[in-house]
Amino acid sequence: MTWKRCLGLAALWSLAQPLLAQGTGPVVDSGSTAWMLTSTTLVLLMVPGLALFYGGLVRTKNVLGTMMHSYAAMAVVGVLWAVVGYGLSFGPNALGGLIGWSKGLVLLRSIDHTILPAGVPEYAFAMFQGKFAIITPALIAGAVAERISFRGWLAFITLWVLFVYCPLCHWVWAPDGYFFNLGAKGAIDFAGGTVVHISSGVAGLALALFLGARHGYPKTAMAPNNLTFTLLGAGLLWVGWFGFNAGSSIASNLETARALTVTQVAAATGALTWILIETVRHDKPTSLGMASGILAGLVVITPAAGVVQVGGAIVLGAIAACVCYSMIMLKNKLGYDDSLDAFGIHGTGGIVGALGLTFFIRGSWWAEAGAKVPGWGLWDQLKIQGVAVLCTILFSVVMTLLIAVLVEKLIGFRISEAAEKTGLDHELHGERAYGLNNLN
Amino acid sequence: MKLITAIIPEEKLDEVREALIEAEIERITVLRVSGHGRQQEIVVQRGKKVVPNLIPKVQITIACNDAFEDITVDTIIRTARHGAGEVGDGKIFVQDLKDCIRIRTGERGGQAI
Repeated sequence: MTWKRCLGLAALWSLAQPLLAQGTGPVVDSGSTAWMLTSTTLVLLMVPGLALFYGGLVRTKNVLGTMMHSYAAMAVVGVLWAVVGYGLSFGPNALGGLIGWSKGLVLLRSIDHTILPAGVPEYAFAMFQGKFAIITPALIAGAVAERISFRGWLAFITLWVLFVYCPLCHWVWAPDGYFFNLGAKGAIDFAGGTVVHISSGVAGLALALFLGARHGYPKTAMAPNNLTFTLLGAGLLWVGWFGFNAGSSIASNLETARALTVTQVAAATGALTWILIETVRHDKPTSLGMASGILAGLVVITPAAGVVQVGGAIVLGAIAACVCYSMIMLKNKLGYDDSLDAFGIHGTGGIVGALGLTFFIRGSWWAEAGAKVPGWGLWDQLKIQGVAVLCTILFSVVMTLLIAVLVEKLIGFRISEAAEKTGLDHELHGERAYGLNNLN
Repeated sequence: MKLITAIIPEEKLDEVREALIEAEIERITVLRVSGHGRQQEIVVQRGKKVVPNLIPKVQITIACNDAFEDITVDTIIRTARHGAGEVGDGKIFVQDLKDCIRIRTGERGGQAI
């Protein structure tokens, strides 16, 4: 993770001397840059993937409304990130390190000529990170599907990215962030276990509890309208995740290939484990189980992709599928309405990954850590991972609830019972997803 | 025996069905249908107003013995109506049913329902 430190220094340096960077700064490495541009594209592909995944799981009357939640994140955060989000996340410490800030990063003005020491134009890095900021709030929508107003959602994700995502992103990934500088080599979060999955998962749980269950839940059967969408979405997420994880090396080298390999193995193990559980417990492996297992495996390997090897990836993928499956069973017992299991998979899988990775870190990492702080061991690192996880959970839950109260009071978040019965598609968007429902 | 066919608003299906089950009328067939009554619905597509001449509705079909006709009809009216009643709340058709046969056993008439 040395690139991150170099990156920060370069950013500060180039802010001070933007012109100098043109002449004497690092040169563009076309291989790394090409991979970062590809990764950026792949991560964006995850958003329509998520839209399909969630869109297939809801009832027929809510397909478009649900897919719009993901697309809304592309529209809202796509603008927000370029205007202030990148500066709030990757600017130098402000407010005692609570957040980053640099006036020059507004509208990304100061990076117009910047090439990072990794040989990648900073624009590519900024856009790559921007895609993470888009998909994270979009994940939350799964927990509160089928019952929120569109304008409430727009307001919520705007505030959530500004006041939850950007600070967390700064703490974990900015070179002067709190968690980046914990212990020997910082809290390990390669591609977003805490920042993306835990933060959105627990935010989803908080929001689901705050807004309450859908009318009729859990008595009425709320069957998925189109599982082919869900499978297609899970497949696109898997493909996109190679950009998500392997792109997080900000390079095109050994570390990239390592991350890509463990991502593939963990996703496959997650899927395999989940359908095995279903075969043993219910006699029939389901397509939804396959899709859920893929996601559980991908989520768990996200924080770990930079430090674990194939053996670790297999164990983590299998554990994630078991724990996420149990969490969904527990949800059905407790009766809260995390509708599409945003917490059950992203929150739970993220926590398992962020803590579990500690037991599978490769030897060379321990050697580097030991060189910085002699005697740095497993329990020291686990403590740091725990601190990062706990802080993320507390911060995300408290801030999410504050934002939710604000949005509910000012704009209205939960839609009326009548609107919920009609469905989001017709009620909020004046459309219907399937032409077959209307013979015109 | 009667064959009751009701055309109701889509969003009322759950409510109607729950009330029918409460009244112990559980055997039902449900279809998605499109149709045209007095209701007009204006749809906006890319800023252009379009009036679809067919509107999606839900059709429920219930075959019952004569004694259940009134409670079935009353339950549907009570639950499918929007407030004090609106254009588009739907219609109920009641027909005499000549026969009813349970395929599994070959039983005929009232006991097969």
